[in-house]
Amino acid sequence: MVELTLEPIRPADVLTRVHSTSAGAEVLFVGTAREFTGGRRTALLHYECYEKMAIVRLQELEAEARQRWNLIGCEIVHRFGTLQPGEASVAIAVSSPHRQEAFQAAQWLIDTLKEVVPIWKQEQWSDGSSQWVHPGMPPT
Amino acid sequence: MIVRLLLFAVARDIVGCNSLEIELPGVPNIGAVRAELVRSHPRLAPLEKYLMFSVNARYAGDDQLVRADDEIACLPPASGG
Repeated sequence: MVELTLEPIRPADVLTRVHSTSAGAEVLFVGTAREFTGGRRTALLHYECYEKMAIVRLQELEAEARQRWNLIGCEIVHRFGTLQPGEASVAIAVSSPHRQEAFQAAQWLIDTLKEVVPIWKQEQWSDGSSQWVHPGMPPT
Repeated sequence: MIVRLLLFAVARDIVGCNSLEIELPGVPNIGAVRAELVRSHPRLAPLEKYLMFSVNARYAGDDQLVRADDEIACLPPASGG
């Protein structure tokens, strides 16, 4: 299951959703809003998404992960809107019979999500300025 | 033909609105949409090569033809996670 939400993510609940007696391993990845980047303090992080496309791409990521690895549960929850430092921006939980597949799938899911899912982060710095994060793009 | 283009993140901030209507001759492709967007908003020019596009919620290359009722979006590099 995949989900985009404006509400705070509860990682423990996401992990619970992949629990199964068939599993021998459960892996939970939580991405969190970092307070300091390159010495600058983040007051807030704002996430925007192209919701319709982001949901489709997340569903495709889940389907591809299930093809590549023997997964029992696979949950991806991404927050959007405005986050305080320390809050979870994304939680990915997978379960599988053996740990190697769960670790590999969780790593692939977060790495690929960052590249292909149309979600964008804006740093709102403590000095009042703000900046979109667009990897590889020159600053505007 | 008039197509509607959704804008996100830095592209939206530079253009100053969430969506644009763009008029294009003939049967345009995404390359024509891209070119017209940058022509009408020159501040996007330094970013042009980094902007991706989608048609009906699928990534689309410059060769993809667009129709008037397609949902087209301009997508700067993603930074979710």
